[in-house]
Amino acid sequence: MSSASACTPYELYSKESGKSYGNQPLSICDESFTPLEVRYDLEAARSIFTRKNIEAGPANIWRYRGLLPIPEGFEPDLPVGFTPLVKAKNLGRRLGSNNLYVKNDAVCFPTLSFKDRVVAVALANARAFGFETVGCSSTGNLANAVAAQSARLGLKACILVPADLEPAKILNTLVYGARLVRIDGNYDHVNRLCSLIADQYNWGFVNVNLRPYYSEGSKTVGYEIAEQLGWKLPDNVVCPMAGGSLIRKIKKAFDELIYLGLVEAKHVRFFGAQATGCSPISQAVKGNTDVITPQKPDTIARSLAIGNPADGPYASRLIRETGGWAEDVSDVEIVSGIQELAEAEGIFTETAGGVTTAVTARLIAQGRISPDELTVSVITGNGLKTTDCINDRFTVGRAVRPRLADFEDYINELDGNSAPAEPELAIAGGN
Amino acid sequence: MSIRVMLPAAFARHTAGTKQVQSEATTLPVLVEDLGVKFPELGAHIKDEDGTLRKFINVYVNDEDIRFLGGDTYQFQDRDEVMFIPSIAGGCA
Repeated sequence: MSSASACTPYELYSKESGKSYGNQPLSICDESFTPLEVRYDLEAARSIFTRKNIEAGPANIWRYRGLLPIPEGFEPDLPVGFTPLVKAKNLGRRLGSNNLYVKNDAVCFPTLSFKDRVVAVALANARAFGFETVGCSSTGNLANAVAAQSARLGLKACILVPADLEPAKILNTLVYGARLVRIDGNYDHVNRLCSLIADQYNWGFVNVNLRPYYSEGSKTVGYEIAEQLGWKLPDNVVCPMAGGSLIRKIKKAFDELIYLGLVEAKHVRFFGAQATGCSPISQAVKGNTDVITPQKPDTIARSLAIGNPADGPYASRLIRETGGWAEDVSDVEIVSGIQELAEAEGIFTETAGGVTTAVTARLIAQGRISPDELTVSVITGNGLKTTDCINDRFTVGRAVRPRLADFEDYINELDGNSAPAEPELAIAGGN
Repeated sequence: MSIRVMLPAAFARHTAGTKQVQSEATTLPVLVEDLGVKFPELGAHIKDEDGTLRKFINVYVNDEDIRFLGGDTYQFQDRDEVMFIPSIAGGCA
Protein backbone atom coordinates (compact mmCIF):
# COMPACT_ATOMS: atom_id res chain seq x y z
CA MET A 1 0.00 0.00 0.00
CA SER A 2 1.41 3.41 -0.91
CA SER A 3 1.80 5.98 1.82
CA ALA A 4 -0.84 8.17 0.13
CA SER A 5 -3.53 5.58 0.74
CA ALA A 6 -2.29 4.23 4.07
CA CYS A 7 -4.23 4.66 7.29
CA THR A 8 -2.83 5.49 10.69
CA PRO A 9 -3.26 2.66 13.25
CA TYR A 10 -6.31 3.28 15.43
CA GLU A 11 -8.35 1.69 18.20
CA LEU A 12 -11.29 2.34 20.47
CA TYR A 13 -10.56 3.55 23.97
CA SER A 14 -12.21 5.25 26.90
CA LYS A 15 -10.65 8.48 28.06
CA GLU A 16 -12.47 8.10 31.36
CA SER A 17 -11.23 4.63 32.34
CA GLY A 18 -8.17 4.47 30.09
CA LYS A 19 -9.27 1.03 28.84
CA SER A 20 -8.54 0.05 25.21
CA TYR A 21 -11.01 -2.00 23.23
CA GLY A 22 -9.21 -2.71 19.96
CA ASN A 23 -11.66 -2.43 17.07
CA GLN A 24 -15.19 -3.76 17.46
CA PRO A 25 -18.80 -2.57 17.09
CA LEU A 26 -19.06 -0.99 20.52
CA SER A 27 -19.76 2.53 21.74
CA ILE A 28 -19.82 2.38 25.55
CA CYS A 29 -17.02 1.61 28.01
CA ASP A 30 -18.14 -1.20 30.33
CA GLU A 31 -16.08 0.22 33.18
CA SER A 32 -17.13 3.86 33.19
CA PHE A 33 -20.26 3.65 30.96
CA THR A 34 -18.93 6.65 29.05
CA PRO A 35 -18.65 6.92 25.24
CA LEU A 36 -15.73 5.33 23.43
CA GLU A 37 -13.49 7.33 21.13
CA VAL A 38 -11.22 6.41 18.22
CA ARG A 39 -7.60 7.00 19.18
CA TYR A 40 -4.89 7.22 16.51
CA ASP A 41 -1.16 6.72 16.68
CA LEU A 42 -0.52 10.37 15.84
CA GLU A 43 3.26 9.88 15.69
CA ALA A 44 2.77 7.28 12.97
CA ALA A 45 0.48 9.77 11.22
CA ARG A 46 3.33 12.25 10.75
CA SER A 47 4.62 10.42 7.68
CA ILE A 48 1.15 9.49 6.39
CA PHE A 49 -1.11 12.50 6.92
CA THR A 50 0.92 15.10 5.03
CA ARG A 51 -0.19 17.93 2.74
CA LYS A 52 1.56 16.18 -0.15
CA ASN A 53 -0.24 12.87 0.37
CA ILE A 54 -3.58 14.58 0.89
CA GLU A 55 -3.23 16.75 -2.22
CA ALA A 56 -2.31 13.67 -4.27
CA GLY A 57 -5.54 11.98 -3.16
CA PRO A 58 -8.96 12.01 -4.81
CA ALA A 59 -11.24 15.09 -4.64
CA ASN A 60 -13.40 13.60 -1.90
CA ILE A 61 -13.18 12.70 1.81
CA TRP A 62 -10.91 9.73 1.10
CA ARG A 63 -8.01 12.12 0.55
CA TYR A 64 -8.06 12.32 4.38
CA ARG A 65 -8.20 8.56 4.91
CA GLY A 66 -4.83 8.77 6.68
CA LEU A 67 -6.70 10.00 9.76
CA LEU A 68 -9.99 8.19 9.32
CA PRO A 69 -10.79 4.79 10.86
CA ILE A 70 -10.89 2.80 7.62
CA PRO A 71 -10.31 -0.95 7.95
CA GLU A 72 -7.36 -2.54 6.22
CA GLY A 73 -8.28 -3.70 2.73
CA PHE A 74 -11.35 -1.49 2.31
CA GLU A 75 -10.96 0.51 -0.88
CA PRO A 76 -13.55 3.29 -0.81
CA ASP A 77 -14.69 4.48 -4.23
CA LEU A 78 -17.75 6.60 -3.48
CA PRO A 79 -16.82 10.26 -4.07
CA VAL A 80 -18.31 11.70 -0.88
CA GLY A 81 -17.67 15.25 0.30
CA PHE A 82 -15.10 17.84 -0.74
CA THR A 83 -17.99 20.25 -1.10
CA PRO A 84 -17.49 23.91 -2.09
CA LEU A 85 -16.29 26.50 0.39
CA VAL A 86 -17.95 29.60 -1.04
CA LYS A 87 -16.88 33.18 -0.31
CA ALA A 88 -20.26 34.65 0.59
CA LYS A 89 -19.74 38.27 -0.46
CA ASN A 90 -23.40 39.08 -0.95
CA LEU A 91 -24.62 37.44 2.23
CA GLY A 92 -21.70 39.03 4.08
CA ARG A 93 -22.70 42.47 2.79
CA ARG A 94 -26.26 41.93 3.98
CA LEU A 95 -25.17 40.71 7.42
CA GLY A 96 -22.26 43.08 7.97
CA SER A 97 -19.26 40.84 7.39
CA ASN A 98 -16.64 41.21 4.66
CA ASN A 99 -14.97 37.89 5.30
CA LEU A 100 -17.77 35.36 5.39
CA TYR A 101 -17.61 31.87 3.86
CA VAL A 102 -20.23 29.18 3.48
CA LYS A 103 -19.23 25.52 3.64
CA ASN A 104 -21.85 24.07 1.36
CA ASP A 105 -22.78 20.51 2.29
CA ALA A 106 -26.20 21.10 0.73
CA VAL A 107 -24.49 19.55 -2.31
CA CYS A 108 -22.72 16.67 -0.59
CA PHE A 109 -22.71 13.45 -2.61
CA PRO A 110 -24.74 11.24 -2.77
CA THR A 111 -27.72 12.40 -0.65
CA LEU A 112 -27.20 16.15 -0.22
CA SER A 113 -26.24 16.42 3.44
CA PHE A 114 -23.12 16.17 5.59
CA LYS A 115 -24.42 12.83 6.87
CA ASP A 116 -22.97 11.23 3.73
CA ARG A 117 -19.55 11.72 5.31
CA VAL A 118 -20.25 9.90 8.57
CA VAL A 119 -22.17 7.10 6.89
CA ALA A 120 -19.34 6.44 4.42
CA VAL A 121 -16.95 5.86 7.32
CA ALA A 122 -19.47 3.86 9.38
CA LEU A 123 -20.39 1.50 6.54
CA ALA A 124 -16.75 0.81 5.72
CA ASN A 125 -16.55 -0.57 9.25
CA ALA A 126 -19.92 -2.32 9.11
CA ARG A 127 -18.64 -4.36 6.18
CA ALA A 128 -15.40 -5.20 7.96
CA PHE A 129 -17.31 -6.36 11.06
CA GLY A 130 -19.42 -8.65 8.87
CA PHE A 131 -22.84 -7.04 9.39
CA GLU A 132 -25.42 -7.93 6.76
CA THR A 133 -27.99 -5.43 8.04
CA VAL A 134 -27.30 -1.85 8.99
CA GLY A 135 -29.56 0.77 10.49
CA CYS A 136 -29.88 4.07 12.26
CA SER A 137 -32.14 6.32 14.23
CA SER A 138 -32.57 9.44 12.20
CA THR A 139 -34.19 12.84 11.85
CA GLY A 140 -34.07 12.29 8.07
CA ASN A 141 -30.74 13.17 6.50
CA LEU A 142 -29.00 10.23 8.12
CA ALA A 143 -31.81 7.94 6.94
CA ASN A 144 -31.26 9.09 3.36
CA ALA A 145 -27.50 8.59 3.58
CA VAL A 146 -27.71 5.11 5.13
CA ALA A 147 -30.35 4.00 2.63
CA ALA A 148 -28.38 5.15 -0.42
CA GLN A 149 -24.94 3.98 0.62
CA SER A 150 -26.09 0.62 2.00
CA ALA A 151 -27.88 -0.05 -1.30
CA ARG A 152 -24.67 0.52 -3.18
CA LEU A 153 -22.67 -1.72 -0.84
CA GLY A 154 -25.27 -4.49 -1.01
CA LEU A 155 -26.20 -4.24 2.68
CA LYS A 156 -29.76 -4.48 3.99
CA ALA A 157 -30.98 -1.38 5.80
CA CYS A 158 -33.56 -0.91 8.55
CA ILE A 159 -34.11 2.72 9.40
CA LEU A 160 -36.10 4.19 12.28
CA VAL A 161 -37.46 7.74 12.15
CA PRO A 162 -39.97 9.89 14.06
CA ALA A 163 -43.40 9.47 12.47
CA ASP A 164 -43.79 13.19 11.69
CA LEU A 165 -40.74 13.41 9.43
CA GLU A 166 -40.88 15.58 6.30
CA PRO A 167 -42.38 13.64 3.35
CA ALA A 168 -39.33 14.29 1.14
CA LYS A 169 -37.03 12.66 3.67
CA ILE A 170 -39.26 9.61 3.87
CA LEU A 171 -39.40 9.28 0.08
CA ASN A 172 -35.64 9.82 -0.11
CA THR A 173 -35.19 6.78 2.12
CA LEU A 174 -37.74 4.44 0.58
CA VAL A 175 -36.54 4.98 -2.98
CA TYR A 176 -33.31 3.09 -2.25
CA GLY A 177 -35.21 0.01 -1.15
CA ALA A 178 -34.53 0.46 2.56
CA ARG A 179 -36.94 -0.76 5.21
CA LEU A 180 -38.30 2.32 7.01
CA VAL A 181 -40.00 2.12 10.40
CA ARG A 182 -41.87 5.24 11.56
CA ILE A 183 -41.93 5.47 15.33
CA ASP A 184 -44.75 7.19 17.13
CA GLY A 185 -42.54 9.56 19.11
CA ASN A 186 -39.78 12.13 18.78
CA TYR A 187 -36.14 11.52 17.88
CA ASP A 188 -35.18 10.87 21.50
CA HIS A 189 -37.75 8.06 21.66
CA VAL A 190 -36.44 6.63 18.39
CA ASN A 191 -32.86 6.81 19.55
CA ARG A 192 -33.63 5.06 22.81
CA LEU A 193 -35.45 2.29 20.98
CA CYS A 194 -32.45 1.83 18.69
CA SER A 195 -30.22 1.33 21.74
CA LEU A 196 -32.52 -1.49 22.84
CA ILE A 197 -32.66 -3.00 19.34
CA ALA A 198 -28.87 -2.87 19.00
CA ASP A 199 -28.62 -4.92 22.23
CA GLN A 200 -30.94 -7.59 20.77
CA TYR A 201 -30.19 -7.76 17.06
CA ASN A 202 -26.89 -8.35 15.35
CA TRP A 203 -27.19 -5.22 13.24
CA GLY A 204 -24.73 -2.43 12.62
CA PHE A 205 -26.42 0.74 13.80
CA VAL A 206 -24.29 3.53 12.41
CA ASN A 207 -25.07 5.93 15.27
CA VAL A 208 -25.29 3.36 18.05
CA ASN A 209 -22.80 0.48 18.05
CA LEU A 210 -20.75 1.95 15.15
CA ARG A 211 -20.94 5.46 16.60
CA PRO A 212 -17.23 5.98 17.44
CA TYR A 213 -16.25 5.26 13.81
CA TYR A 214 -19.23 7.08 12.33
CA SER A 215 -18.61 10.32 14.17
CA GLU A 216 -15.02 10.47 12.94
CA GLY A 217 -16.38 11.11 9.44
CA SER A 218 -17.45 14.59 10.58
CA LYS A 219 -13.79 15.57 10.92
CA THR A 220 -13.60 15.80 7.13
CA VAL A 221 -15.65 19.04 7.26
CA GLY A 222 -12.84 20.57 9.30
CA TYR A 223 -10.04 19.18 7.13
CA GLU A 224 -11.75 20.54 4.01
CA ILE A 225 -12.29 24.01 5.46
CA ALA A 226 -8.59 24.25 6.36
CA GLU A 227 -7.35 22.92 3.01
CA GLN A 228 -9.77 25.06 1.00
CA LEU A 229 -8.60 28.16 2.86
CA GLY A 230 -5.07 27.33 1.64
CA TRP A 231 -4.07 25.31 4.72
CA LYS A 232 -5.19 28.00 7.11
CA LEU A 233 -7.72 28.01 9.92
CA PRO A 234 -10.58 30.50 10.11
CA ASP A 235 -11.16 32.88 13.03
CA ASN A 236 -14.69 31.63 13.67
CA VAL A 237 -16.86 28.64 12.84
CA VAL A 238 -20.65 28.80 13.11
CA CYS A 239 -22.05 25.29 13.26
CA PRO A 240 -25.58 23.90 13.64
CA MET A 241 -26.06 21.63 16.65
CA ALA A 242 -28.38 18.67 17.00
CA GLY A 243 -26.58 15.98 19.03
CA GLY A 244 -23.58 18.31 19.35
CA SER A 245 -21.09 16.03 17.62
CA LEU A 246 -20.21 17.92 14.40
CA ILE A 247 -18.90 21.06 16.12
CA ARG A 248 -16.61 18.92 18.28
CA LYS A 249 -15.29 16.94 15.35
CA ILE A 250 -14.45 20.09 13.38
CA LYS A 251 -12.45 21.22 16.41
CA LYS A 252 -10.78 17.80 16.61
CA ALA A 253 -9.83 18.06 12.92
CA PHE A 254 -8.28 21.51 13.45
CA ASP A 255 -6.37 20.27 16.52
CA GLU A 256 -4.97 17.31 14.56
CA LEU A 257 -3.91 19.57 11.70
CA ILE A 258 -2.11 21.87 14.14
CA TYR A 259 -0.48 18.96 16.00
CA LEU A 260 0.84 17.46 12.78
CA GLY A 261 2.05 20.84 11.48
CA LEU A 262 -0.26 21.01 8.45
CA VAL A 263 -1.53 24.41 9.54
CA GLU A 264 -0.17 27.12 11.80
CA ALA A 265 -1.54 27.08 15.31
CA LYS A 266 -4.44 29.47 15.68
CA HIS A 267 -7.16 30.10 18.20
CA VAL A 268 -10.47 29.39 16.50
CA ARG A 269 -13.71 30.38 18.20
CA PHE A 270 -16.67 28.01 17.85
CA PHE A 271 -20.25 29.22 17.74
CA GLY A 272 -23.25 26.89 18.00
CA ALA A 273 -26.61 27.36 16.28
CA GLN A 274 -29.93 25.90 17.41
CA ALA A 275 -33.65 26.50 16.95
CA THR A 276 -35.32 28.10 19.97
CA GLY A 277 -37.86 25.26 19.90
CA CYS A 278 -35.05 22.81 20.63
CA SER A 279 -32.16 24.62 22.26
CA PRO A 280 -30.75 22.55 25.13
CA ILE A 281 -27.12 23.21 24.16
CA SER A 282 -27.48 26.95 23.52
CA GLN A 283 -29.31 27.26 26.84
CA ALA A 284 -26.42 25.49 28.58
CA VAL A 285 -23.90 27.83 26.93
CA LYS A 286 -25.94 30.88 27.95
CA GLY A 287 -26.16 29.51 31.48
CA ASN A 288 -22.38 28.94 31.50
CA THR A 289 -22.73 25.23 32.31
CA ASP A 290 -22.01 21.78 30.85
CA VAL A 291 -25.22 20.41 32.33
CA ILE A 292 -27.83 19.80 29.67
CA THR A 293 -31.47 20.11 30.66
CA PRO A 294 -33.42 18.02 28.15
CA GLN A 295 -36.24 19.61 26.17
CA LYS A 296 -39.24 18.39 24.21
CA PRO A 297 -38.58 19.69 20.68
CA ASP A 298 -41.07 21.94 18.95
CA THR A 299 -39.51 23.44 15.82
CA ILE A 300 -39.65 23.24 12.04
CA ALA A 301 -35.91 22.44 12.12
CA ARG A 302 -36.56 18.74 12.56
CA SER A 303 -33.04 17.72 11.60
CA LEU A 304 -31.84 19.58 14.70
CA ALA A 305 -34.68 18.43 16.97
CA ILE A 306 -32.75 16.39 19.52
CA GLY A 307 -33.98 17.27 22.98
CA ASN A 308 -31.41 15.21 24.85
CA PRO A 309 -28.17 15.72 22.88
CA ALA A 310 -25.58 13.07 23.76
CA ASP A 311 -22.61 15.30 22.93
CA GLY A 312 -24.29 18.35 24.43
CA PRO A 313 -22.09 18.62 27.54
CA TYR A 314 -18.93 18.41 25.43
CA ALA A 315 -20.25 20.89 22.87
CA SER A 316 -21.18 23.42 25.54
CA ARG A 317 -17.75 23.14 27.13
CA LEU A 318 -15.96 23.46 23.78
CA ILE A 319 -17.89 26.60 22.83
CA ARG A 320 -17.24 28.28 26.15
CA GLU A 321 -13.57 27.24 26.28
CA THR A 322 -12.87 28.69 22.83
CA GLY A 323 -14.54 32.00 23.69
CA GLY A 324 -17.44 31.38 21.35
CA TRP A 325 -21.15 31.58 21.98
CA ALA A 326 -24.39 29.83 21.09
CA GLU A 327 -27.64 31.33 19.90
CA ASP A 328 -31.07 30.03 19.00
CA VAL A 329 -33.62 31.44 16.59
CA SER A 330 -37.38 31.24 16.04
CA ASP A 331 -39.09 29.35 13.24
CA VAL A 332 -39.81 32.65 11.48
CA GLU A 333 -36.13 33.57 11.57
CA ILE A 334 -35.23 30.09 10.27
CA VAL A 335 -37.37 30.60 7.17
CA SER A 336 -35.88 34.08 6.68
CA GLY A 337 -32.42 32.53 6.98
CA ILE A 338 -33.22 30.05 4.23
CA GLN A 339 -34.41 32.88 1.98
CA GLU A 340 -31.43 35.14 2.78
CA LEU A 341 -28.94 32.46 1.82
CA ALA A 342 -30.85 31.57 -1.34
CA GLU A 343 -31.30 35.18 -2.50
CA ALA A 344 -27.77 36.26 -1.62
CA GLU A 345 -25.70 33.26 -2.66
CA GLY A 346 -27.91 31.00 -4.75
CA ILE A 347 -27.69 28.23 -2.15
CA PHE A 348 -30.91 26.52 -1.15
CA THR A 349 -30.53 24.98 2.28
CA GLU A 350 -32.90 23.11 4.54
CA THR A 351 -34.20 24.35 7.89
CA ALA A 352 -30.92 23.52 9.69
CA GLY A 353 -29.09 25.84 7.28
CA GLY A 354 -31.73 28.48 7.94
CA VAL A 355 -30.86 28.15 11.62
CA THR A 356 -27.13 28.54 10.97
CA THR A 357 -27.62 31.53 8.66
CA ALA A 358 -29.99 33.29 11.05
CA VAL A 359 -27.67 32.66 13.99
CA THR A 360 -24.67 33.93 11.99
CA ALA A 361 -26.65 37.11 11.30
CA ARG A 362 -27.45 37.55 14.96
CA LEU A 363 -23.86 36.93 16.11
CA ILE A 364 -22.62 39.62 13.71
CA ALA A 365 -25.37 41.99 14.82
CA GLN A 366 -24.46 41.38 18.46
CA GLY A 367 -20.83 42.20 17.71
CA ARG A 368 -19.69 38.76 18.85
CA ILE A 369 -18.30 38.22 15.34
CA SER A 370 -16.41 41.18 13.87
CA PRO A 371 -16.70 42.19 10.19
CA ASP A 372 -13.07 41.44 9.27
CA GLU A 373 -12.78 38.07 10.99
CA LEU A 374 -12.71 35.07 8.67
CA THR A 375 -15.92 33.30 9.56
CA VAL A 376 -17.17 29.99 8.15
CA SER A 377 -20.89 29.22 8.35
CA VAL A 378 -21.45 25.47 8.05
CA ILE A 379 -24.45 24.54 5.90
CA THR A 380 -25.29 20.87 6.38
CA GLY A 381 -28.33 20.04 4.26
CA ASN A 382 -30.36 20.76 1.13
CA GLY A 383 -33.55 22.81 0.89
CA LEU A 384 -35.25 20.40 -1.49
CA LYS A 385 -35.82 18.09 1.48
CA THR A 386 -37.80 20.60 3.57
CA THR A 387 -39.84 22.54 1.01
CA ASP A 388 -43.02 22.20 3.07
CA CYS A 389 -41.82 24.84 5.54
CA ILE A 390 -41.51 27.57 2.91
CA ASN A 391 -44.30 26.63 0.51
CA ASP A 392 -46.61 29.31 1.84
CA ARG A 393 -43.98 32.04 1.40
CA PHE A 394 -44.37 32.06 -2.36
CA THR A 395 -47.26 32.37 -4.73
CA VAL A 396 -47.10 30.64 -8.05
CA GLY A 397 -48.38 33.01 -10.73
CA ARG A 398 -51.11 32.31 -13.24
CA ALA A 399 -50.26 30.57 -16.50
CA VAL A 400 -49.64 32.99 -19.37
CA ARG A 401 -50.65 32.42 -22.99
CA PRO A 402 -47.57 31.83 -25.19
CA ARG A 403 -47.84 35.24 -26.87
CA LEU A 404 -45.47 38.15 -26.53
CA ALA A 405 -48.26 40.64 -25.74
CA ASP A 406 -49.59 38.45 -22.95
CA PHE A 407 -46.10 38.07 -21.55
CA GLU A 408 -45.58 41.83 -21.58
CA ASP A 409 -48.90 42.40 -19.84
CA TYR A 410 -47.96 39.86 -17.23
CA ILE A 411 -44.53 41.40 -16.54
CA ASN A 412 -46.15 44.82 -16.19
CA GLU A 413 -48.66 43.32 -13.81
CA LEU A 414 -45.86 41.87 -11.70
CA ASP A 415 -44.05 45.20 -11.72
CA GLY A 416 -47.22 46.86 -10.50
CA ASN A 417 -47.34 48.92 -13.69
CA SER A 418 -50.75 48.88 -15.36
CA ALA A 419 -49.81 51.11 -18.33
CA PRO A 420 -48.30 49.11 -21.21
CA ALA A 421 -44.59 49.74 -21.47
CA GLU A 422 -42.66 50.36 -24.69
CA PRO A 423 -41.74 46.91 -26.05
CA GLU A 424 -38.02 46.41 -25.58
CA LEU A 425 -37.70 44.77 -28.98
CA ALA A 426 -39.09 47.92 -30.66
CA ILE A 427 -36.70 50.11 -28.71
CA ALA A 428 -33.76 47.97 -29.68
CA GLY A 429 -34.71 47.99 -33.34
CA GLY A 430 -35.99 51.61 -33.57
CA ASN A 431 -34.16 54.75 -34.56
CA MET B 1 -45.25 -2.32 44.89
CA SER B 2 -42.77 -3.55 42.36
CA ILE B 3 -41.07 -2.07 39.33
CA ARG B 4 -39.37 -3.80 36.42
CA VAL B 5 -35.81 -2.61 35.82
CA MET B 6 -34.15 -3.13 32.45
CA LEU B 7 -30.36 -3.05 32.26
CA PRO B 8 -28.33 -2.33 29.11
CA ALA B 9 -25.78 -4.66 27.55
CA ALA B 10 -22.99 -2.41 28.86
CA PHE B 11 -23.94 -3.45 32.43
CA ALA B 12 -23.96 -7.18 31.67
CA ARG B 13 -20.36 -7.83 32.71
CA HIS B 14 -21.19 -6.63 36.21
CA THR B 15 -24.53 -8.46 36.55
CA ALA B 16 -23.47 -11.94 35.37
CA GLY B 17 -25.55 -11.34 32.26
CA THR B 18 -28.79 -10.44 34.05
CA LYS B 19 -30.74 -7.94 31.94
CA GLN B 20 -33.92 -7.51 33.97
CA VAL B 21 -34.69 -7.37 37.68
CA GLN B 22 -37.63 -6.52 39.92
CA SER B 23 -37.20 -3.88 42.59
CA GLU B 24 -39.24 -2.43 45.44
CA ALA B 25 -37.39 0.90 45.24
CA THR B 26 -39.56 4.01 45.55
CA THR B 27 -37.21 6.56 43.96
CA LEU B 28 -34.16 6.60 41.69
CA PRO B 29 -31.58 7.11 44.48
CA VAL B 30 -33.12 4.15 46.34
CA LEU B 31 -33.05 2.09 43.15
CA VAL B 32 -29.37 2.86 42.56
CA GLU B 33 -28.63 1.64 46.10
CA ASP B 34 -30.77 -1.45 45.56
CA LEU B 35 -28.89 -2.31 42.34
CA GLY B 36 -25.67 -1.98 44.35
CA VAL B 37 -27.00 -4.56 46.82
CA LYS B 38 -28.23 -6.93 44.12
CA PHE B 39 -25.06 -6.52 42.00
CA PRO B 40 -22.19 -5.20 44.16
CA GLU B 41 -19.82 -4.96 41.21
CA LEU B 42 -22.32 -2.87 39.25
CA GLY B 43 -22.89 -0.65 42.28
CA ALA B 44 -19.20 0.19 42.29
CA HIS B 45 -19.32 1.29 38.65
CA ILE B 46 -22.56 3.20 38.17
CA LYS B 47 -21.88 5.93 40.69
CA ASP B 48 -19.77 9.08 40.44
CA GLU B 49 -17.39 10.14 43.18
CA ASP B 50 -20.27 11.92 44.90
CA GLY B 51 -22.31 8.74 45.11
CA THR B 52 -24.93 9.73 42.52
CA LEU B 53 -25.67 7.97 39.26
CA ARG B 54 -23.05 8.75 36.60
CA LYS B 55 -24.16 11.61 34.41
CA PHE B 56 -23.78 9.64 31.17
CA ILE B 57 -26.44 7.15 32.21
CA ASN B 58 -29.96 8.16 31.18
CA VAL B 59 -32.95 6.79 33.06
CA TYR B 60 -36.38 6.33 31.51
CA VAL B 61 -39.65 5.48 33.21
CA ASN B 62 -41.95 3.79 30.73
CA ASP B 63 -41.56 6.16 27.73
CA GLU B 64 -40.36 9.22 29.59
CA ASP B 65 -36.97 10.59 30.58
CA ILE B 66 -37.04 10.64 34.37
CA ARG B 67 -35.82 14.24 34.29
CA PHE B 68 -39.20 15.26 32.85
CA LEU B 69 -40.93 13.53 35.79
CA GLY B 70 -39.03 15.20 38.61
CA GLY B 71 -35.76 13.23 38.51
CA ASP B 72 -34.64 11.96 41.91
CA THR B 73 -37.89 13.00 43.54
CA TYR B 74 -40.13 10.99 41.21
CA GLN B 75 -42.03 8.28 43.10
CA PHE B 76 -42.11 5.03 41.16
CA GLN B 77 -45.58 3.62 40.53
CA ASP B 78 -46.43 -0.08 40.70
CA ARG B 79 -45.45 -1.87 37.45
CA ASP B 80 -43.35 1.03 36.18
CA GLU B 81 -40.75 -0.08 33.63
CA VAL B 82 -37.45 1.62 34.38
CA MET B 83 -34.66 1.59 31.79
CA PHE B 84 -31.03 2.53 32.20
CA ILE B 85 -29.40 3.56 28.91
CA PRO B 86 -25.89 4.97 28.60
CA SER B 87 -25.72 8.11 26.51
CA ILE B 88 -24.14 7.33 23.15
CA ALA B 89 -22.05 10.31 22.18
CA GLY B 90 -19.17 10.73 19.80
CA GLY B 91 -16.57 10.22 22.50
CA CYS B 92 -14.84 12.47 24.94
CA ALA B 93 -11.44 13.27 23.44
